[in-house]
Amino acid sequence: MKDNRKSYARLRLTVGILLGVAGVCALVIGLLGFGLFALGTWLSASLVCIGFLTLALAVWSLLLLAKIEDEVFTTGATDEISRRERAQKALVKAVMYLFLSVLALAMIFPFYWMLISSVKTVEEYNLPTPTLWPHELRWETYLTAFTGGLNLGRLFLNTVIVGVVSTILSLIVTVLSAYAFARMEFKGKNILFALMLATMMIPGELFTITNYITVSAFNWLHTFTVLIVPFLVSVFYIYLLRQNFMQIPNELYLAAKIDGASDLKYLWKVMIPLASPTIISITILKMMGSWNSYMWPQLVAYDSAHMLVTVGLRGADFTDQLSKLFDYPAQMAAVVLVTVPLLIVFIIFRKYIMRGVSRSGIKG
Amino acid sequence: MKAKSKKRNQWKAWLYLLPMIILLLVFTVWPIINTVRIAFLCRWDPDVGAIVGYDYQTSMLENVHYQFGINNFINVFAAGNSFLTALGNTMLLTVLTVPISTMLALLIAVALNSIKFLKKFFQTVFFLPYVTNAIAIGMVFATMFGMIWPSPAKPPTSVGIINTIIEAFGGHYVNWIDRGSSYWANIAVLVTYIVWNALPFKILVLLGGLQNVDKQYYDAAKVDGASRWRIFWRITVPLLSPMIAYVVITGFIGGFKEYTSIVGIFGEDMGPYGAPGKLNTMVGFIYDSIPHNQGKASAAALILFAIIFIVTMINMYVSKKKVHY
Repeated sequence: MKDNRKSYARLRLTVGILLGVAGVCALVIGLLGFGLFALGTWLSASLVCIGFLTLALAVWSLLLLAKIEDEVFTTGATDEISRRERAQKALVKAVMYLFLSVLALAMIFPFYWMLISSVKTVEEYNLPTPTLWPHELRWETYLTAFTGGLNLGRLFLNTVIVGVVSTILSLIVTVLSAYAFARMEFKGKNILFALMLATMMIPGELFTITNYITVSAFNWLHTFTVLIVPFLVSVFYIYLLRQNFMQIPNELYLAAKIDGASDLKYLWKVMIPLASPTIISITILKMMGSWNSYMWPQLVAYDSAHMLVTVGLRGADFTDQLSKLFDYPAQMAAVVLVTVPLLIVFIIFRKYIMRGVSRSGIKG
Repeated sequence: MKAKSKKRNQWKAWLYLLPMIILLLVFTVWPIINTVRIAFLCRWDPDVGAIVGYDYQTSMLENVHYQFGINNFINVFAAGNSFLTALGNTMLLTVLTVPISTMLALLIAVALNSIKFLKKFFQTVFFLPYVTNAIAIGMVFATMFGMIWPSPAKPPTSVGIINTIIEAFGGHYVNWIDRGSSYWANIAVLVTYIVWNALPFKILVLLGGLQNVDKQYYDAAKVDGASRWRIFWRITVPLLSPMIAYVVITGFIGGFKEYTSIVGIFGEDMGPYGAPGKLNTMVGFIYDSIPHNQGKASAAALILFAIIFIVTMINMYVSKKKVHY
């Protein structure tokens, strides 16, 4: 009986929230529809009405839910909780969902706008009132993104080369130093570790100036080296991995020693597999860092052979040769091609990314 | 025997650390020393007729001697007042975006914490802006706020999606970022974009903090019959204060280093068409100076560092007084 009521309550909640979201969508589209080319006045007006009705239904559904919930989850004290309080509780919940839905829409809208703009024709994009859904889909924009304006294929290749090489090298450096700090005993270990952490407090801009002089002196300007080497050491990643290594019990190390395993073998066979979640986090954040890096590449490697994707994207000119109109849809298609890989990586590795980020607050 | 193996281990440990130490010495430790050094190096250039800061290229070619002095710092403030513009823009953006994004993030985190259904979905949606490319999405914001305006003599042919929404609500369109746009319209767009971009991290941290709050406090407050508003201000905010302090401090540090979001929306010119440099920031000023005058860039970087240091100290001091625990 109680379970029945519970599943009924869950159903109510689902229906209520779906209605709420649908209502907000209908309302927003309807309201915007008045000024938009794609929707007529009548359609917009009816959408607004439907939106209001759906929202009312959602609130009603959630209000009822609170009553059921109280019946199910409170034992005997139901009568003491006043009706008014219950209604208030449900109202608060409805407001929460409404608030979250509206903000979530604002969060998603730029992505939506980027996607639909990327498949519009230039004529449609330039219409006096923008359309919320393209009249005709033009997939050729994605071809234009590769051929006209910027050499996107080359940019992707450069970025992947820099990303992969710098991630692998950086992992080697990070794992070796984290292992030394976590497992080995040597003089000055604590001082060295403290000094290393202290460098984290100084803003990166301070390093950039001298690093520019250094890489010029090494004749590294406009090479892949200049994009990879200066950022191989990340003190934060060493710190993160060391903490993880420290959690692995020492008994394993002693057992491996008795079996005659060398340090490197132990590191490779035991430590790295056990610390793999942290290593995956570091790998993803480092890759994303190369994909998004802009300031340093813009300063030291802006020739076409070594240009990274973000630098190329901002500088690209999509003006059509014939009509002299700027091909915004093609530009948006290029933006989609840069953004979508990141989103895919995020969807697959969500857990690792959020873990890494919540501990650091650094972006790649 | 034991001592011998220990010694061998020492040697080995340094070998493991060697790559890290070399890289850190060259690209982190030396820059700290050298940047302070060249910030105080300058010389009188008879060709230019002015005091110029350290420049690697000319110092290589002409083998010139530099003298110690504070002229780089004077130069920074004198240089056509563009540093003061950058300083003002940076301060304004920081002061506007940090409180707005912190408050919004707090509200969203509290709302997210109070729901169960669709929580994961909303969490994912609110995290999306974090995993995007600041330049790429800045370009999307530019197309949302920008107008299609082929000839300056005539009115724009299309006012863009945001203006269309405004007009749908009965308002008049605004020239947000195009040629001749006003300073405050530019700032409004930048604040919107920076807040949009800064929310995910703040929500993540605050929600993490909320989930660790002991439920007992809320139960006790409910027994006492406290209102929701009162619970929010008297229990949630004080218990979250360490997290709030953390996002405010990192927000200020990030705000003073603002640069890529402006490039994303306005491009390398750092301003609307016809007004380059109007929205330049301190980091932008430093990067502009790096290729031809590293002395000036170093002086500006030290000023930036000093500002960040002082603001962080003030933040720490205030939060020590206000943060409970």
